[in-house]
Amino acid sequence: MSAPAMPAKVAALTPVKFEQFGLRHYLICLKGIVVRECLRFLHQRERFISSLVRPLVWLFIFAAGFRQVLGVSIIPPYKTYVLYEVYITPGLCGMILLFSGMQSSLSMVYDREMGNMRTLLVSPFPRWFLLISKMLAGVAVSIAQVYAFLIVAWFWGVKAPPLGYLTVLPALFLSGMMLCALGMLLSSMIKQLENFAGIMNFVIFPGYFASPALYPLWRIQEASPLLYKICLANPFTYAVELIRFAFYGQVEWLSLGVVAGCTLLFLAAAIIAYDPSRGLMTRKQDTGGNA
Amino acid sequence: MQHVRTSGPGEEVAALDLAGISHSYGPKRALHDVSFSIAPGTFTVLLGLNGAGKTTLFSLISHLYGTRRGSIRIFGHDVSRASGEALRRVGIVFQARTLDLDLSVHQNLSYHASLHGIGGHQARQRIAALLDIVNMQGRQHDKARSLSGGQMRRIEIARALLHRPSLLLLDEATVGLDIQSRAGILATIRKLVETEGIGVLWATHLIDEVEDGDHVVVLRQGDLVATGKVADVVGTSGASSIRDAFSRLNRIETSGIAEMSP
Repeated sequence: MSAPAMPAKVAALTPVKFEQFGLRHYLICLKGIVVRECLRFLHQRERFISSLVRPLVWLFIFAAGFRQVLGVSIIPPYKTYVLYEVYITPGLCGMILLFSGMQSSLSMVYDREMGNMRTLLVSPFPRWFLLISKMLAGVAVSIAQVYAFLIVAWFWGVKAPPLGYLTVLPALFLSGMMLCALGMLLSSMIKQLENFAGIMNFVIFPGYFASPALYPLWRIQEASPLLYKICLANPFTYAVELIRFAFYGQVEWLSLGVVAGCTLLFLAAAIIAYDPSRGLMTRKQDTGGNA
Repeated sequence: MQHVRTSGPGEEVAALDLAGISHSYGPKRALHDVSFSIAPGTFTVLLGLNGAGKTTLFSLISHLYGTRRGSIRIFGHDVSRASGEALRRVGIVFQARTLDLDLSVHQNLSYHASLHGIGGHQARQRIAALLDIVNMQGRQHDKARSLSGGQMRRIEIARALLHRPSLLLLDEATVGLDIQSRAGILATIRKLVETEGIGVLWATHLIDEVEDGDHVVVLRQGDLVATGKVADVVGTSGASSIRDAFSRLNRIETSGIAEMSP
């Protein structure tokens, strides 16, 4: 079928020549996505407060109660006995990253339902770049929350070595990337916002409790060998250990390998899931339209 | 590798060229062998009742869905194989509201500009100019949440134009708006076609929005049932008006059409 006749006065305007995208354009796009995520976070004060209150409740109440019940022996990276509050702090950092990663997954499902996600996905930049930018934005917000928590914990008397606040940053970043990538993958599988409750029950809680976030793995092994194996198969276990060792300027290589590997795996799966020609998104009835 | 179809001498590259597009959701067929073209700088109305396949078509053109059968080219660029080049030439206003309600008008527009690699001074300049065009000057710092439905649509139109697209897609852009807002938005878009030479694909089920000089594409339950100038479609279907033609093409009573009009 041939194109209808074009008005003579606009003939000179088309086709338009576009400048090729260079590094500068990619950085503008990345900055825009990160700024938007930060603005959204700042506008949702309740989200910030709840993200801070959750680990603080564990630190102030749960840890205080369990300090007397649960003894922590000397295990690496600790060289002396440590207070239970000190032991669970890396786990609570992981908890913030876990909830934040799932929160960003929730916001992607919400954005998809509300239509905001479309504005991102119709950008001319490659889909993989857009998704990684979105992840980086989510991780930036997560890390800000972790440091806000660490500041409050510091005033509560839970202190890491001063340099640890710096050396933990790469571990927080990598763990945050893994959890955001997982959240992104999950968001591609969830059809409706209502189904997100399942994520709480099947991902967040099992992921958190079946890990060394609250108690050392040797104690879990003593209590239940099966649960111990489940903990070893849980990527969050390695994220917590990576963070724990990083606070003391050490690298736990197995954890680093598992977290890096899982990040790549989840990210690749999320990119495929959001690919219009191969992914899950195409197979779903879209929302916001009639047909 | 470039996936551009070049045109021969005297042959103009279509702003939008669809060839044999089919799409289904599982067993449910949404589009079947749809082919049509839009010339640059023309206003084309995509007519169809609810469920005709308009939104699916938009999702395919904007590469939200992959094209499984057929091809879609925007100014010669294949949407499947060179989606970036194709999408740079398109501005889209979706049927669902897509502004971030927690952000201000300026923040919403800046975000969109960045998604097209436009930043800093250039973005600020474009935003100011476009808010002027859509009569929303002075509202930059208002929260999107505080705007009326019509105002939000105007901002979405400004957003779709930020990266200087040559083709504008609007999916039921006037749905849910009062008559005055509808007329204002339609007039703005028609003026853009006239003054800026932008090609427009305007999807609607409201027959009142069609003018005599427009091109129309009529979809019925995923099938293309008519395409051409209004006069041609009216003549071919043996109808007395485009309203009558639309009614005949959709095999519905005229009273049914009347109900669709506001």
